[in-house]
Amino acid sequence: MLDLRWPIGLMFSLIGALLVIYGAATGSNTAMYAHSLGMNINLIWGIVLLVFGVLMVLGAVMGKKES
Amino acid sequence: MQPIQLHWIDYSILLAYVAFILGIGWALARYMKSSSDFLTSGRSIPTWVTGLAFISANLGALELVGMAASGAKYGIATAHFYWVGAIPAMIFLAVFMMPFYYGSKARSAPEYLKMRFGEPVRILNALAWAVMTVFMSGISMNCLAKLLNLLLGWNYNMSLLICSVIVVLYVFKGGLTSAIYTEVLQFFMIVLGFTPVVYLGLKDVGGWGGLKTHLTDVAQNPAALGLNSQSFSSDAWSHAWKPLIAGPANNPMGVDLFAMIFGLGFVLSFGYWCTNFLVVQRAMAAKNMTAARNTPLVAAVPKMLFPVIVILPGMIAAALMTMPDRGYRIPPVSVSNQSYASAIDAVKSATPSQGDAGVQAVQKALGTAVFPDKVSALISKNSTTPLSNDQIKAGLYSSIGENDYDSVIPSLVTKYCPPGLLALALTALLASFMSGMAGNISAFNTVWTYDLYQTARRSLARHSAATVQYAGARREELAVAGDGPRSTTAGGGSDRSADVVAVPKDLSDEHYLWMGKVATVGGTILSIGAAYFANLYHNAMDVVQLGFAFVNAPVFATFMLGMFWRRTTSPGAFFGLIGGIVTAGIFQSLTLASGDSPGLKGGYVHIAHLFPSEMAQNFWMASFAFSACLVLTMAISWMTTRTKSDEELKGLVYSLTPKIKDHEQHFLQRPAVLGIILLICCVILNIIFW
Repeated sequence: MLDLRWPIGLMFSLIGALLVIYGAATGSNTAMYAHSLGMNINLIWGIVLLVFGVLMVLGAVMGKKES
Repeated sequence: MQPIQLHWIDYSILLAYVAFILGIGWALARYMKSSSDFLTSGRSIPTWVTGLAFISANLGALELVGMAASGAKYGIATAHFYWVGAIPAMIFLAVFMMPFYYGSKARSAPEYLKMRFGEPVRILNALAWAVMTVFMSGISMNCLAKLLNLLLGWNYNMSLLICSVIVVLYVFKGGLTSAIYTEVLQFFMIVLGFTPVVYLGLKDVGGWGGLKTHLTDVAQNPAALGLNSQSFSSDAWSHAWKPLIAGPANNPMGVDLFAMIFGLGFVLSFGYWCTNFLVVQRAMAAKNMTAARNTPLVAAVPKMLFPVIVILPGMIAAALMTMPDRGYRIPPVSVSNQSYASAIDAVKSATPSQGDAGVQAVQKALGTAVFPDKVSALISKNSTTPLSNDQIKAGLYSSIGENDYDSVIPSLVTKYCPPGLLALALTALLASFMSGMAGNISAFNTVWTYDLYQTARRSLARHSAATVQYAGARREELAVAGDGPRSTTAGGGSDRSADVVAVPKDLSDEHYLWMGKVATVGGTILSIGAAYFANLYHNAMDVVQLGFAFVNAPVFATFMLGMFWRRTTSPGAFFGLIGGIVTAGIFQSLTLASGDSPGLKGGYVHIAHLFPSEMAQNFWMASFAFSACLVLTMAISWMTTRTKSDEELKGLVYSLTPKIKDHEQHFLQRPAVLGIILLICCVILNIIFW
């Protein structure tokens, strides 16, 4: 049966990476980030999502090794 | 609100999400070999998955949007729906009721009722349930399509169709497992998508301390913000219990302590969590008894913490309205273009010297309550230098006094999210609506296939003529049309006549697998119809809530008596349930909430009692319906003879089932222990927000 940690991990890694790239590219756009109280929320949260995704994938890989 | 522009990043995130949920459906398709795989997941799913799916199925967008709306209207007291109205019931389900749902090997909650009481009760419950799932799914779809239309300017019909197609595709391919897996994905999406918005909002109002300070402004003069017509003590929005204990006149919900604890905390909450097949189905898909019992407990942990993500935004929105420099208000109710047009005319023809009369004329043209000072300011401004139509319209928009609370979440998302994060939050909203649809469809197809369709087919087969319909079948091959795993072999059976009649074989499992898939598509089509219905009749949600209230409260008494009292008989259960539903109807026809007019909301026969709020009326109605069902069921059971012996009830009733021995398990894995720990945490939370 499909280990759910794979799709979750892969999806959030992908979305996290996308946000990190976009956040890094638009970091200088202060008008845009006025919404989020001046913080480059895309970059910050993108990193969080990426870390979460990678942890999930690691969990899936370790689960595969067990069985 | 103006439609938002989406950038490439936003489309990419949305697309990634859709691709992954469809991918999950496709990846699971190869495992769907039997109707049991498709409709009940073959009982193979790990606890963390069923636990998160359990809570995610409950967390439809209606819950998300509705709780934020309530957070704005009532403050932290909304948390009662979680800390009083959910956690205790979830723990009770896990420790005491799951053994019967799972141990009886029933494939659905109505099937448990069949095993315990017989077909009539099952069919009554299954029919009500099938109708409710279709409507709940339709309402979710309608809200989603409306939201996409409002926020992004997408066409309503296209949005409805495309979202339905996506959902039906992944449920059709992967069955209940697909629905469960995507619900877990959606759970993470919701948490990770909304946390940044809540964080930003909280930061903007000055943290929890700042929030409390601003909420005292709200509590002292809610009318200025269009929130409530009377004022309350300053801590009303930031305390859950003090204003409640002070009485209905002192809390914005207008509820008394008894109605909250008994009506919500016991009847409605246990009625939902312990019998609602949508959530129970997820626990029944677990891989073993311990996993099944731990599923609601695993779900209770995020449930306790959810007020942060769902209720806090509402409170933040209310607080923001007291901070004019933030330039935020909860979006007003939508008004048709014609009403705007006639209101613009009214503004143009009014003069400041008319005073109130001018304001009244504008209000009448607009059709909603207005802030009088804002309207008179607009009239004065227009009379000194004539404004353009658009400027007058903008002025009218900000002076509408009625708030559209359901727009709290979307409006906060547009306020705080730059492109990128915006897509994440939008996808989270999309995810929650879709999980509402998919969950209801997966519950519908199971109840339809096993409880309604299979029951009808088997009962037809039992009564069919003696002609053998399957050519070449030998007599020994003809099986009795029994039900589920408790079927008996040919020639026996407690509910068959003594004659052995040649009966055609029950249809193969392949047929039921096919039926399950057909029901998935059929259920979706019916939901689309329900969505259009909900779009036409804005009261649709109220009607469905009413339906829920009528049936949910009494049916809990039926399940409870079935599981814990061996003396309950089938006629007792059936007529007791009907009695409970009728009582709810009578109660509703005789009472009304202040501010409502007689009709759908009640009081259409006679107003025997006026409640301070709709919520109070709801809680009391539930209490009466439950009690009526309880008393009637017990009374009728005493008067009728038992149809099932103790032996037949083994595994279905508490006193006749061997107690589950948890001793071999690690102390912290025992459901009873986990339950107590969770209860203590819940009490601590209640004390913190006293």
